[in-house]
Amino acid sequence: METYVRTIKYEKELDRSFTKEILSIPGCEGLTNCIQCGTCSGTCPVSIYMDYPPRRIIAMVREGFKDEVLSSKTIWLCASCYACTVECPQNIKITDIMYALKRIAMRERRYPKGFPIPILAKAFFDIVSNKGRQTESKLVMNVWLKISLLKILKNSLFGLKLLRKGKLHFKEEKIKDRESLKLLLEEVKK
Amino acid sequence: MRENRKYFYYPGCSLKGTSLAYEKSLLAVFKYLGFEAPELPDWNCCGATSYMSIDEMSAFSLAVRNLAIAEKEKRDIVAPCSACYMVLNKAKKYVEEYEGVKDVIFKGLEKIGLKEHFKGDVKVRHPLDIFINEIGIENIKAKIKRKLNGVRVFSYYGCLLVRPFTDFDNPRYPTMLDNLVSATGAETIESALKTKCCGGSLTGTLENVGLRLSYLILKEAKRKGAHLIVTVCPLCQFNLEAYQDRMEKIFHDKLGIPVIFFTQILGVAFEIDGKELGFNHSLIYPDILYQKALV
Repeated sequence: METYVRTIKYEKELDRSFTKEILSIPGCEGLTNCIQCGTCSGTCPVSIYMDYPPRRIIAMVREGFKDEVLSSKTIWLCASCYACTVECPQNIKITDIMYALKRIAMRERRYPKGFPIPILAKAFFDIVSNKGRQTESKLVMNVWLKISLLKILKNSLFGLKLLRKGKLHFKEEKIKDRESLKLLLEEVKK
Repeated sequence: MRENRKYFYYPGCSLKGTSLAYEKSLLAVFKYLGFEAPELPDWNCCGATSYMSIDEMSAFSLAVRNLAIAEKEKRDIVAPCSACYMVLNKAKKYVEEYEGVKDVIFKGLEKIGLKEHFKGDVKVRHPLDIFINEIGIENIKAKIKRKLNGVRVFSYYGCLLVRPFTDFDNPRYPTMLDNLVSATGAETIESALKTKCCGGSLTGTLENVGLRLSYLILKEAKRKGAHLIVTVCPLCQFNLEAYQDRMEKIFHDKLGIPVIFFTQILGVAFEIDGKELGFNHSLIYPDILYQKALV
């Protein structure tokens, strides 16, 4: 027998506390001013790849579609180019809302499995938190090791090309006062 | 406005890595113009776009540590990387505008002895802004030794220099880079794609998405007959130059378009030695700039 899946949600299945949380984040307070004009989706250079374009994401956040929003690829595809934020006639900081959604998805480990963008973000975060600076070669290796060894092989010639031109080096970059950086990061996380 | 502004140069991670050519050419041009900007002491990474995806307050605190170190010495910051420029300005703005952010960040600064040095007076400026509004285009023109007449340039702004925090150009239709490039005698092409995203870090993570965005920019440059692309951002430069052979295969198009930093083209016009301008790091060498016919 065929099973039928309901494709719309009942009010009680929505998570209004999710909407409230987003509204309380600095930069996200404009959310409720959205007029659904679609300027954001129109200006977005990657909306053609998204499962939900920005206009729909905004509408879904406002109504509390937490699961759909947090597991969407959209929030990770956002390249943070700020075109939507500049063009939005309601001055909604859409890019900042996307960042807030990324952070909640990271916190709740809801991002799509094996998706490289959250892996890059985490690897970047870890290196900078420890060393204070980024070493590009190390970052790339850390990310590729987590995604696939094949990628390292596939890109080895590319890496050599960069190495030969002095665009890639393996010297680790770090700041001197790592102690105070650690104190600072601990203090603001409290 | 503070009298006699002094500056620190904030390199950011890229200018010490993939974009050494940007650092070399920027410092060479600054030296030639007599503009002083020593490196910010013990600067740390601005956090870029990734840090903001993990933790907001940590991201702001990273950026503000740099601002506070500069303010302690009563100097402003020159940030050549568009991402650093945006992130540092964003942190400053959020500390100013949101009490909740300010309280947390100041608590952190207090812990490391930087709170009393930070009032938020420090300015974060891009070298393009410095060239146009501090040094002045007439002064730059007066120092040009080699006119680049006949060179057609696509001046590409990318995203984060003009969006969302620029205070010196129009975010929808910027012209400052075109003005500066024109000062060398080169001709700039008009394009609606001059502020279109190059793909940013997507080129490294979702290659098919990132490469298509970069390709659009290159195709536009080719279609409009540009000899080269001039950029203001390390990531734009890298995406547009380093992946061209891949794009040629994927999109069946012949590219080979040099993509250089705006400080490099200025340096050529000032007749600074090519090695000092970092052209030894170029994957696609901009021969056109050195053709005898130009002289």
